[in-house]
Amino acid sequence: MSNAPILSIITFLPLLGAALVLMVRGDDENARRNVRMIALFATIVTFGLSMIPVWQFNPATAEFQFVEKAAWLGGVISYRMGVDGISLPLVILTTFLMPFCILASWVSIEKRVKEYMVAFLVLETLMIGVFCALDIVLFYLFFEAGLIPMFLIIGIWGGKRRIYASFKFFLYTLAGSLLMLLAIMAMIWTAGTSDIAELLKTGPKLFSRDMQFWLWLAFFASFAVKMPMWPVHTWLPDAHVEAPTAGSVILAGVLLKMGGYGFLRFSLPMFPEASAFFAPMVFALSVIAIIYTSLVAMMQEDIKKLIAYSSVAHMGFVTMGIFAGNAEGIQGAVFQMISHGIVSGALFLCVGVVYDRMHTREIAAYGGLVNRMPIYAVIFMVFTMANVGLPGTSGFVGEFLTLMGTFKASTTVTVLATTGVILSACYALWLYRQVIWGEMTKPSLKTITDVDKRELTILVPLVVLTIFFGIYPRPILATSEVAVNALVESYKQANATAGRAVAAQSR
Amino acid sequence: MNAPVLNLAPLIPELILALGAMALLMYGVFTGDRSVRTVTYGAIALLIAAAIAVLALGSAPQTAFNGSFVFDAFARFMKVLAFLGAAVALILSQDFLAREKIEKFEFPILILLSTTGMGVLISAGDLIALYMGLELMSLALYVIASIHRDNARSTEAGLKYFVLGALSSGMLLYGCSLIYGFTGTVSFTGFAAALKGGPIGLGLVFGLVFLIAGMAFKVSAVPFHMWTPDVYEGAPSPVTAFFAAAPKVAAIAIFARALTTGFPGATHQWQQIVVFVSVGSMLLGAFAAIGQSNIKRLMAYSSIGHMGFALVGLSAGTAAGVQGVAAYIAIYMIMTLGTFACIIAMRRGDEPVETIEDLAGLSRTNPLMAAALAALLFSLAGIPPLAGFFAKWYVFAAAIEAKLYILAVIGVLASTVGCYYYLRIVKIMYFDEPAPAFAPMRAELKVVLVASALFNTFFVFYPAPLVAAAAAAARSLF
Repeated sequence: MSNAPILSIITFLPLLGAALVLMVRGDDENARRNVRMIALFATIVTFGLSMIPVWQFNPATAEFQFVEKAAWLGGVISYRMGVDGISLPLVILTTFLMPFCILASWVSIEKRVKEYMVAFLVLETLMIGVFCALDIVLFYLFFEAGLIPMFLIIGIWGGKRRIYASFKFFLYTLAGSLLMLLAIMAMIWTAGTSDIAELLKTGPKLFSRDMQFWLWLAFFASFAVKMPMWPVHTWLPDAHVEAPTAGSVILAGVLLKMGGYGFLRFSLPMFPEASAFFAPMVFALSVIAIIYTSLVAMMQEDIKKLIAYSSVAHMGFVTMGIFAGNAEGIQGAVFQMISHGIVSGALFLCVGVVYDRMHTREIAAYGGLVNRMPIYAVIFMVFTMANVGLPGTSGFVGEFLTLMGTFKASTTVTVLATTGVILSACYALWLYRQVIWGEMTKPSLKTITDVDKRELTILVPLVVLTIFFGIYPRPILATSEVAVNALVESYKQANATAGRAVAAQSR
Repeated sequence: MNAPVLNLAPLIPELILALGAMALLMYGVFTGDRSVRTVTYGAIALLIAAAIAVLALGSAPQTAFNGSFVFDAFARFMKVLAFLGAAVALILSQDFLAREKIEKFEFPILILLSTTGMGVLISAGDLIALYMGLELMSLALYVIASIHRDNARSTEAGLKYFVLGALSSGMLLYGCSLIYGFTGTVSFTGFAAALKGGPIGLGLVFGLVFLIAGMAFKVSAVPFHMWTPDVYEGAPSPVTAFFAAAPKVAAIAIFARALTTGFPGATHQWQQIVVFVSVGSMLLGAFAAIGQSNIKRLMAYSSIGHMGFALVGLSAGTAAGVQGVAAYIAIYMIMTLGTFACIIAMRRGDEPVETIEDLAGLSRTNPLMAAALAALLFSLAGIPPLAGFFAKWYVFAAAIEAKLYILAVIGVLASTVGCYYYLRIVKIMYFDEPAPAFAPMRAELKVVLVASALFNTFFVFYPAPLVAAAAAAARSLF
């Protein structure tokens, strides 16, 4: 098994599943059932196979592992795959969330099931590819191609304003990433290679300070939109609200992480001087994101929109931690990405549960659900608390570590960002109070039923993980530790050399 | 040339086309309209034979007529494209023209003659051959544009094309005469020698401007694009498909050949013009297409935009740039032919329909056609992993290498804007409520559409052959 191209298998297995789904003929109840089963099976097998790299992963080295290489475009551009401690957790997050997405769409998607499953499986291939690609062109290919299935998912199976939301999502992210494309070209011409591992080693020395600035800005344009950071976050609430439940889960759970991953993989290690220079700006934007979007979240009347804004706020912690440039901050950022992937994904699934029953997402339409849905109330509470960042849940670990890392870099920023934790308690607890507590006065809710078996299968593993990682965060932290330390080391070194050079010049 | 031996070998493909066209014309005249089918099949066979002859000639450079006619790897690449593009256009046209009752045996013959002109144009080694090829190609095109002679829009298209084409030929000739006057020669290699080392005179720059104006007209680049939307809309759909494919290949080929082999010493001068033309085309193509409701008109603006992107590669003025142009035009031609196979198949009852709204809900009435067209549209928009992305990749990479950063930034922003109208068609096909279904798609259209969509989808897995061929083609010019 050690010579098998395991990452390529994991990446392209969902594509094979998509091909099988396409072969199913007819559109009757039987065919739909088969389609769902194939999709579920494909995602579960993919998740199972993705445990192999976890099993064989060596956490003691910062080098890329399971590396594959094949000829592709000719010239310097090749097909290269590999993972390290930063990307592996994100790969697992992706393969882990997918079966839940398929299950969550089991009954709520009734029209064009086949196309839906194909879109999701193709999307899974592209998402895993983003985290595994070790060639910068290949990375771009996966990164950008994900727009097509997501565009279709929002546009075909979305809510009322789905067309507006899908166009906004597509064009916003495209405009950002095309500038990154030009930066990638410039990097390849300057460095003479498109190998990410190579660029990580030589990049900081090859790119001059001026060039780093431009490259950093171009990459920032792309990742900031994807992340999303204030003020380019406005596509997210629209996309989230209109997307079907599983689409929201993937969007919040995985697609947003691509921005953070991009910062960690490219901006910080390849353009260290520019990163240090722009860090105050990122801090400012992160703090604004945390405070401003939390305030906006408080005013929402739509459950999904509230969670969407809270996502923007939580991503603010991630960017802040990354650009703190120290081990705590970056480890916290990685952890926060995984934790947020699980928690926000779970929150959207929770919304999906009541949406499937009531077909409305308005907060005002609910109230007193605890009377008829006690199990649901418990589950929703766990995720609400994790969203707030209560100690004992995974949300706490990420927020605490990022805040600690940022504290080393800037006290003011940390103080401001910590108010965001309070604000998140305000909106999350308010939401919980409005939806779950109180008298059940709405006649439409009188017959609502508690979570069924399928929904329990989806939600319980997520509850377990949320609490498990809250109490014992070690598995994720241990995986990423060495890679993060190496990243921090090279970042500090590059800035120290640059600092000396500048000092020597001014002398 | 030390031996006065006439070497006709490099001309074999053009001879096949020209003599074959004569023979088919005779046959057609004597048997009358019954012969349409035979003549069409004969023309397709001739085009394929010519393409095979091109491939058989090998890639070693050869010349004929004292260097007026050049056959090299570049000519080989472009000719195979142009000939096959013309053949596919003929395949697409057959049924459509018969249903519209404008099936005439002259049509395939005119296409053959026009394609002969393209062959000459692609291989032109001096201004005389350039003009000859250009006119041979264009005169046939003017007639084909108005092939539907009882239809006001078609005749209008032909007339417009003719008048504007004549004007552009005039400008081109004026430019040629200026260049001849200031260098004392008409051959491209002669220009390169005359310009070596010496300063570039103002007169020559004037000549260059007019020469580029003439060629920009043929590739329908801004500001000489005005004819394109009207001709695309007015001409019958298969004719438009032909216009969008083969002549574009020939025109962009001579554009690249004339500038890179003839004026390498004046790169700085022509680069400015090409950059301007390219930026104009990309922006106009992106913005003007947004408001269109007729799909052929939309494709016209899209083609203007795409020519702008192709010229980005040329404006780099390097081998990498020309490689980008060659790869771009190849991928573009395949995308366009597939898209037009779809447009030709848009028939409701017995009438062809042409508005974008007619495609509403196509994903439910004809899932295969919708999926294939969606793949082509995403490819035209340049979204990875489809072939159109790689086309853009090569031209922009060349521009970045040549440090044309502003051009590249404008280009990608234009391509974001352009994305909007391609997405709009996808939206209409996939998100909107279905309109009545189209008449069933003919087998040959389906084959072309599916082949084109598969090429675009799977290019990512095996891009090497096309890329290598384009690179070889580009090297032969430098």
